[in-house]
Amino acid sequence: MGFFLETLIGGLMAGMLYSLVALGFVLIFKASGVFNFAQGAMVLFAALAMARFAEWIPGWFGLEGSYLGTAAAFVVAGALMFVVAWLIERLVLRHLVNQEGATLLMATLGIAYVLEGVGSSLFGSSIYTIDVGMPKDPVFLFEGTFAGGLLINKEDFIAALIAAVLVGLLTLFFQKTTTGRALRAVADDHQAAQSIGIPLNRIWVIVWCVAGLVALVAGVIWGSKLGVQFSLSTVALRALPVVILGGLTSVPGAIIGGLIIGVGEKLSEVYIGPMVGGGIEIWFAYVLALVFLLFRPQGLFGEKIIDRV
Amino acid sequence: MLYRENGQFKTSYAADQQIFPITQDRWAIIGILVFAFVAVPLLVDEYMFRAILIPFVILSLAALGVNILVGFCGQITLGAGAFMAVGAYAAYNFHIRVEGMPLLVSLLLGGLTAAAVGIVFGIPSLRVRGLYLAVATLAAQFFTDWVFLRVPWFTDNASSGSVSVSNLQVMGWQINNPLNKYLFCLAILTVFALMAKNMTRSAIGRQWMAIRDMDVAAEVIGIRPLFAKLSAFAVSSFFVGTAGALWGFVHLASWEPAAFSVDRSFQLLFMVIIGGLGSIMGSFFGAAFIVVLPIALNQLLPAIGDLVGVEISTAGISHAELIIFGGLIVFFLIKEPHGIARLWSTGKEKLRLWPFPH
Amino acid sequence: MSRQIGEVVLDLKQVSLSFGGVKALTGISFDVREHEIRAIIGPNGAGKSSMLNVINGVYRPQEGEIILRGQRFTKMNPYKAAQAGISRTFQNIALFKGMNVIDNLMTGRNLKIRSNLIQQAFWWGPARREELEHRAKVEEVIDFLEIQHIRKTPVGRLPYGLQKRVDLGRALAMEPSILLLDEPMAGMNVEEKQDMCRFILDVNDQFGTTIVLIEHDMAVVMDISDRVVVLDYGKKIGDGDPDAVRNNPDVISAYLGASH
Ligand SMILES: Nc1ncnc2c1ncn2[C@@H]1O[C@H](COP(=O)(O)OP(=O)(O)OP(=O)(O)O)[C@@H](O)[C@H]1O
Ligand SMILES: [Mg+2]
Repeated sequence: MGFFLETLIGGLMAGMLYSLVALGFVLIFKASGVFNFAQGAMVLFAALAMARFAEWIPGWFGLEGSYLGTAAAFVVAGALMFVVAWLIERLVLRHLVNQEGATLLMATLGIAYVLEGVGSSLFGSSIYTIDVGMPKDPVFLFEGTFAGGLLINKEDFIAALIAAVLVGLLTLFFQKTTTGRALRAVADDHQAAQSIGIPLNRIWVIVWCVAGLVALVAGVIWGSKLGVQFSLSTVALRALPVVILGGLTSVPGAIIGGLIIGVGEKLSEVYIGPMVGGGIEIWFAYVLALVFLLFRPQGLFGEKIIDRV
Repeated sequence: MLYRENGQFKTSYAADQQIFPITQDRWAIIGILVFAFVAVPLLVDEYMFRAILIPFVILSLAALGVNILVGFCGQITLGAGAFMAVGAYAAYNFHIRVEGMPLLVSLLLGGLTAAAVGIVFGIPSLRVRGLYLAVATLAAQFFTDWVFLRVPWFTDNASSGSVSVSNLQVMGWQINNPLNKYLFCLAILTVFALMAKNMTRSAIGRQWMAIRDMDVAAEVIGIRPLFAKLSAFAVSSFFVGTAGALWGFVHLASWEPAAFSVDRSFQLLFMVIIGGLGSIMGSFFGAAFIVVLPIALNQLLPAIGDLVGVEISTAGISHAELIIFGGLIVFFLIKEPHGIARLWSTGKEKLRLWPFPH
Repeated sequence: MSRQIGEVVLDLKQVSLSFGGVKALTGISFDVREHEIRAIIGPNGAGKSSMLNVINGVYRPQEGEIILRGQRFTKMNPYKAAQAGISRTFQNIALFKGMNVIDNLMTGRNLKIRSNLIQQAFWWGPARREELEHRAKVEEVIDFLEIQHIRKTPVGRLPYGLQKRVDLGRALAMEPSILLLDEPMAGMNVEEKQDMCRFILDVNDQFGTTIVLIEHDMAVVMDISDRVVVLDYGKKIGDGDPDAVRNNPDVISAYLGASH
């Protein structure tokens, strides 16, 4: 029982991170109809920037060993992501308005290559570490309730907490602020939104900035856990089943979907994996999402739509 | 002779339904075939065969397959690499497990196995569309990646799925040097391209395109979406699977699952989008572009570096390659979202009217 | 007139359809007789298109049944309807934009194709023969609709009026016994309307095709139809020959009440 709960909690914590990345997808898709395959490259790019700035900035300003340096690095990396978002809108998106989904998807793959290339030219392509002072030691909880208690990784716990806070903030931003509402209007109908004076281009820059920020946080969390390396760009692929499970346009879908996939992955890895030779978590999430789609094609929270003819 | 349709009056529907109704096109195709089969072998050195021509021919075949599914039937796939892998490993199993199995039969059985797997992974297309489907096809990709890496039976217990084949021959004809490899693949490509052209101009092709353009209307006039979509998945996977088998057997000779990773799937999708969705010709253009570009960049960049007097490191070159490759793709999508094939047909249109612009 | 109106071929009983909260059709019953031209009229949003969609199985009604030549269907689907000889045109043209006119019409022949995929891949005897046969049939439709000059034009490039005509052509290529037309003349100029009227009458007359027609132009409806059903807010408010419907007080008030 204790072991099962441990796995479950581990899954939920990993799932929170998936939710975060999935939210990046959903935001961009809602506002611009772009399925952003560059999300993974953005995570990598942001993490690289963070790792290197955290190394360089203290050196430049004599801030060794203080949290100020790390904080400054975070701010600079964040600013860099804003620049990236602005450039993407300027150079790519605005020229591709009204293109088909497949074309846009390919364009974001192009962006991903460019980001990976630029990222490794600017910041180098070895493995770097990010240390934002996350605690590494595990803790035991509920030692009274279970024999041996529950072993929880503190780092994962804090990461999940940060992700949850960010997810909450984004949801609030989306539901409550004027910009958020404008975003939703754009999502519902581009032309109508434009005709009532919502500036499309600005909205796009904003969502890409937000997605950039999400990428930065995800990059920092994953980077400090696993090290900053090329494989970070594949986290986006891990988060994809989440969006199809939750529905491309649903914020709650992204959150719940992330948790389901996180838990599903962990449980399958622990309970099914050993039977078939392990390493199944990569495709298991996809198959889970797929099977789910067969029964509910509109996703968890999507409404069933009957085509008009 | 000018490029003209005028004056070539068709006296029967049969004449109008020929594979290339315009005389000049017919000659052009014959010319290209003669060039590819006769002139190229005389002109080209081994490096060209190995680095450019053989990959181009095999990937053209795969791109044709992807184009059937994405361009003609409108079902986006990000899992084409998976079907290449299935084709390659299935052919491998037929090759080593069945005594005296002819090479060509192994390869085609590889393709057929891929077709069967394609049908299974095509089932979601009956329920979901567009980007949802695209993501669903990734399931095929990651599942096959895993199967060939972790399930030893499929790879004859080879560690981490790396296998190899040798002594390839077709009825005594040794496929051991680059020239023969090229000719062998080219012959297969020619037959398959002809099949693709025929299918796309007959009833099955119209079914695919109808589903692509307006699926509700298609069903209303008596096209079964189930059959149309799954047949597109099957035919597409057959092409892609055969290409995968050729890639493994003929081009690489020994390979592991990474040869058919998700990057390969993206690459194939790039080919058909840059080449031109829904165009047989476009598949070739796209394959040529994607095969040649990195090689050209690899040669060009150091030269440019020399010219301006900077030494570019190997890592620098590979980064620059990524940037330029990505940039060019974006540029292309912006400038000509309908692909090179569209440029080609506008060019032909102009030629047809030449020298009078209107 | 050579045609003779015959037995009931299509009978709808108590059909109800709703989308979420919206009731598109409530308990609609009416019948269609062989060889007749049956019009469905009503204000915008009355449920006319939904009615056609129910008949050929694009929408599944929650209640009611469809009796087609004595055969009872509670669940129709578009493919079954097509097999049973029902074809249709669409209010918002639903042509295959990426194909030319000939290919669009050839899709209408799909149910009659017998050759298989492999024969087609090699353009082999039966496939090739069939292609020629169907091409000849399609050319007949092209001649009938007088669209020879646009044969090879991609339909996306055609003007609206011609697209409507090609849409009709695709439906005719199926050689249907029942033809459903959803506002075939909407958005056309007078001349185009006259042509379209002529085609509809000729189809009905020459091939004896039963026609169910939705149309907003009252003059046209009263002129060419044998019987008229009137819908309003998903309910049937009138049914009968044009004169009876014209004088039906409910119909008059529905039309005066609406913005027409
Ligand atoms: N696929 C659908 N999903 C949701 N609601 C629908 C759908 N199709 C029709 N409706 C609703 O059903 C009602 C009837 O629509 P319908 O298209 O049948 O009207 P109509 O009589 O054809 O009108 P018009 O003259 O404008 O074509 C409308 O309220 C419409 O909004
Ligand atoms: Mg209508």
